[in-house]
Amino acid sequence: MTTGILVVSSIIKILFVLIVAVGVFAPIIIWAERRQSAMIQDRLGPSRAAVTLPPGAVSILDKARLPLWRLAALTGIVAIVSLIALTFVAIKGSNPLPVSTEVITKTLIGFGASSVLLRMGYAVHTMIVGNQGKIMLIGLLHPLADAVKFIFKEDFVPPKSDKLLFSLGPIIALIPAIAAFAVIPFASTMHLDHLNELLPRTGELSGAAIPMQVASINVGILFIFAIASTGIIGAAVAGYASDNKYSLLGGIRAASQMVSYEVVIGLTLVPTFMLYQSLRLEDMAMWQHQHMWGIFVPPLMLGAINFFVAAVAETKRVPFDLPEGESELVGGYLTEYSGMKFGMFFMGEFVEVVSLAAIASVLFFGGWDVPYLYRDGFEFSLPFMAAGFSVPLVHWLVIVIQVLFFLFKIVVLIWFQLMIRWSLPRFRYDQLMSLCWKGLLPVSLLNILVMGAFILSGWLDSWVAFFEKVF
Amino acid sequence: MAVEVKVIKKPGRTIAEQVYIPEIAKGLAFTSARFFKNTFGAKANKEIATVKYPEEKIEYPERFRGIHRLTQRMDGSPRCVACLCCSTACPAQCIHIEPAEYEPDDPRHGYERYPSVFMIDELRCIFCGYCVEACPCDAIRMDTGMHMPPSTSRDHFLYDKETLLSIPGRDGTYLTGNPRHEPGEASHPGIDRERGH
Repeated sequence: MTTGILVVSSIIKILFVLIVAVGVFAPIIIWAERRQSAMIQDRLGPSRAAVTLPPGAVSILDKARLPLWRLAALTGIVAIVSLIALTFVAIKGSNPLPVSTEVITKTLIGFGASSVLLRMGYAVHTMIVGNQGKIMLIGLLHPLADAVKFIFKEDFVPPKSDKLLFSLGPIIALIPAIAAFAVIPFASTMHLDHLNELLPRTGELSGAAIPMQVASINVGILFIFAIASTGIIGAAVAGYASDNKYSLLGGIRAASQMVSYEVVIGLTLVPTFMLYQSLRLEDMAMWQHQHMWGIFVPPLMLGAINFFVAAVAETKRVPFDLPEGESELVGGYLTEYSGMKFGMFFMGEFVEVVSLAAIASVLFFGGWDVPYLYRDGFEFSLPFMAAGFSVPLVHWLVIVIQVLFFLFKIVVLIWFQLMIRWSLPRFRYDQLMSLCWKGLLPVSLLNILVMGAFILSGWLDSWVAFFEKVF
Repeated sequence: MAVEVKVIKKPGRTIAEQVYIPEIAKGLAFTSARFFKNTFGAKANKEIATVKYPEEKIEYPERFRGIHRLTQRMDGSPRCVACLCCSTACPAQCIHIEPAEYEPDDPRHGYERYPSVFMIDELRCIFCGYCVEACPCDAIRMDTGMHMPPSTSRDHFLYDKETLLSIPGRDGTYLTGNPRHEPGEASHPGIDRERGH
């Protein structure tokens, strides 16, 4: 592999991760958190931020309504006709039509996609006209408005604070959260020379192979631990530098809480290392791709719950948000922060939510693994049935499906985290600590023992064999 | 009689509650059910209480006292006969009327007067509805169903006769349900010039 390809692919991967994690997910979670909480509470949530079109625009837009609708309908009809033709060809086995099958397939994909897009455009158009020319996009503009507000707000620094540490705190809190994405694989290895080919299911391939993660390093998950523990310093430094007793208390709480749960996170993941026999996240995903998702291995079910609880505590979000418990500490270590510095803490918290979802999905939910999708395409094989049903797919399509499914898993896990955040009340501080040291720690230690017994007794092998036979 | 002591058992926690995870699952099930119902459910099943105000409006109740209107006769002139009952009844003294005589060739000349100036200061008005009660001719009404539109100047809240006449009732008409019998018509109940005094 030439250095040029390596550099270019690395830059593309870094940009992809940054755009997905920071540019897309974080603002959408900020929006989703508010809307989701609203829906739970029978409210509508923030949906009023709007870009208002000039007065004449609505009538012009309204004239475009009928052509848009007709175009959507026409393209849809073409897509349906080509779908019928394709079904006909598939049933007959040969193609008696004057057009080739390839052309029909391309027509179906092209016109179907454009019809769906036009239909969506029509829906957006209806909303805009219905709102008298205000583009609201179901409240998606609120994160944008928030960002603008953060940027233009006064950046207040308390007069007696430690200026350097005060500015450094949010940076130390935000950077590690983003850096954790470096080792997360978001698809299987990409073979650059074979992008447009059907690959064999197994075996080595010639040519450039690009791992679909920013850094493929041996320590893998340990890197994430190291990076996550750096985040503690951000909160502690922010609390110390603010020259405010509430901030100091919040910083101390954050530090002690995160240090405690750091231990638990490490111990809950030891069974996964024992199972996957590697620290590299891509190897873990590969094991799960070849055998089964980690969550279906019995000792790891408990491990996953433990990990999730500890990781939510690590991100300092409800029900473990004692460092910023506003009923006791005003805003905790965030009290003195305003403007973009507060925004960076905020952003860091939400990026942590995304990275937690990504890590959990790699460790327990198969990472990029799509059920029944192999390197050469889908193959559905049902238990107790001889005949399978397979759809061969070219390499780049497989990669795209894997990435999309990985993002889907992340979205589901984020949704679950937000659900927890809006369902559970806050812990008391002593409860938090006793949950950690008296609850999760012994349980995860015991879980290591159980996992060891599970592997040594040979039950693991028979369980995996049984699982592979059924699915 | 001996004092009876009723021992009430302290509410304890069951094992399921102590383990906490089943209770979390219950809570999550409740909130998620709510979420799915309100987000993806059928429109009729949604229980969202929020009203998107400028786009959707809740109609005021039927007897809501909104801004005033002056009702019209069939020919578009005000029904008001400038008797000053409303401005007399008004506790806020926000109604200003200047009565005037109809022209001598007008059939109503000599029977009624009309308001040459009818001014209501809507900022001073307390919306008690006494003016409507006092009016003998059903000429002033508060059945518009509208609250005062906001404005930037106090002068904009001085509603003159033309403004008040131009505000329709909630049913969209400028008339009232009560028929008006003009002097000279056969249905006119009182005495008039033709039928003699």
